[in-house]
Amino acid sequence: MTHLSVLCKPRRLPAIRAPLAWPGLPVGVALAFVASVAWAQAGAAVRPGPIEAILRWGPLIFGGFLFNVLTSVLSMTVGTALGAPLGLLLIAPGRLPRGISWAVTQFFRNAPWLVLLFYVMFLLPFELHVGGVTIPLPDWAKAVLGLSLPVAANVAEIVRGALQSIPEPQWSAAAGLAFGRLQTIRLIILPQAIRRMLPPWMNLYAILTMATTLISIVGIQDGLTITRAAISSDARPEMMLPLYLFLLLLFFVYCYPIARATLALERRLLVRG
Amino acid sequence: MGGPIAGLFRWLNDVHGLNFSVFTDAYDAHRFLIGLRTTIGLSLSCMVFSIILGLLGAWLLSGPSRLARAAVRFYVQAFRNTPPLVQLVFFYFAIGSLLSGAREPLIGGYGWAVISFSLLAGAFNVEIFRSGVEAVPPTMVEAAQGLGFSRLQTYRYVLAPLGLRICLPALTNNLVNLVKTTTLAYAIGVPELLYAASQIWSEVLNVREMMYVLLATYIALVAILVWIMERWERALRIPGYTP
Repeated sequence: MTHLSVLCKPRRLPAIRAPLAWPGLPVGVALAFVASVAWAQAGAAVRPGPIEAILRWGPLIFGGFLFNVLTSVLSMTVGTALGAPLGLLLIAPGRLPRGISWAVTQFFRNAPWLVLLFYVMFLLPFELHVGGVTIPLPDWAKAVLGLSLPVAANVAEIVRGALQSIPEPQWSAAAGLAFGRLQTIRLIILPQAIRRMLPPWMNLYAILTMATTLISIVGIQDGLTITRAAISSDARPEMMLPLYLFLLLLFFVYCYPIARATLALERRLLVRG
Repeated sequence: MGGPIAGLFRWLNDVHGLNFSVFTDAYDAHRFLIGLRTTIGLSLSCMVFSIILGLLGAWLLSGPSRLARAAVRFYVQAFRNTPPLVQLVFFYFAIGSLLSGAREPLIGGYGWAVISFSLLAGAFNVEIFRSGVEAVPPTMVEAAQGLGFSRLQTYRYVLAPLGLRICLPALTNNLVNLVKTTTLAYAIGVPELLYAASQIWSEVLNVREMMYVLLATYIALVAILVWIMERWERALRIPGYTP
């Protein structure tokens, strides 16, 4: 317990994501990608080169990538639905709910995502019997749930942090106006806190999107699985470089704008105070 | 294996059918400990390299060379906005196959895991160190200059010590993430904790028990790391000064 007690203090995070703006970056990434393709093309005079490989496999890989995006949206939805009430419990007045929700949050925040994914994939049955109803649990649903557990714990921390960042006089004023605790949170604290939750929530979504590739390890077909299948079906190891770069580029094109938008939002909040 | 701990787990197995073979079977215990050692070794080497990369990047970002600054920004954004698993697979398979002209691969799975995770965590460390140095109040720098400190001296005696104290919590967070990320090395067959556990559970068929051992081990590793970092943070604290 002495080890775990060190976790009780929530880690303070100063605003470290200060601007690192460079609008030319996407251009640079695209150039690097084109250069690598050209480089591989140069060595492929006889057999079809990397451009053909990307034209042939690109749509399939893109389809797999879309499955990653779908998984991330579903996991984020489930994770937020689970995490928001957990975050409210973290600042509950009672000691017992606070203690339990704290332990749950710390556990899922500090366990590796991949281990949690394994846990859910292996230990949940393939169907659930609730009363007389049988609910099938396909692998992708289990994967969504497995990824949403760490998301929920992180959402809970975001909610707690934002709620606690609202100055104490707001609570006192609400109490003075005879608002109940839940009324205070719903009508006074949350509307102010939600703006502060948005940037870290978006940051978490980008991290989740990148983590969805983990589902390929537990045997679900995603962008990474399809890329590897494409490489092995051609039996052309030199195609690895452009095809993997293509997949990396897909994720970059999706996640980089989210990172930029997060920064922009943060800066706007900073200006308004 | 003897001892009261093995006895307790043997009783759990006999009475409740919970087979914690890592505590009762010497062979499984040995495999698990090798996995634990690999995970700790991997984490420590990545910590060292990623901190070096972070310092180097932060130093280049404050330097005069435009090209170096652009290169560091490209590195940071490229590694922060792409999936760590694809980065690892990319290094291990794509770059690894380019480098292995002979039959023997130049760098093994462990080596590529160190390179890949160090680069990933290093990209975050660049940002952390840079923002730490930038968060030092400019009045401090002016005061140092007023006392006749040179640029290097200002950096050495004022910016670095204060910046380190400011960015320690963020660094702790990143190092915790690094320890959790080492599980990805499973995907390229590095015999770390997750890999060792999966070998045990596929032979002994005790998935549930191994999962609990695995989760408890990682939570303990993270707790120890956080404990050390917080002790360091407390030891560095300057009485009466809040950054």
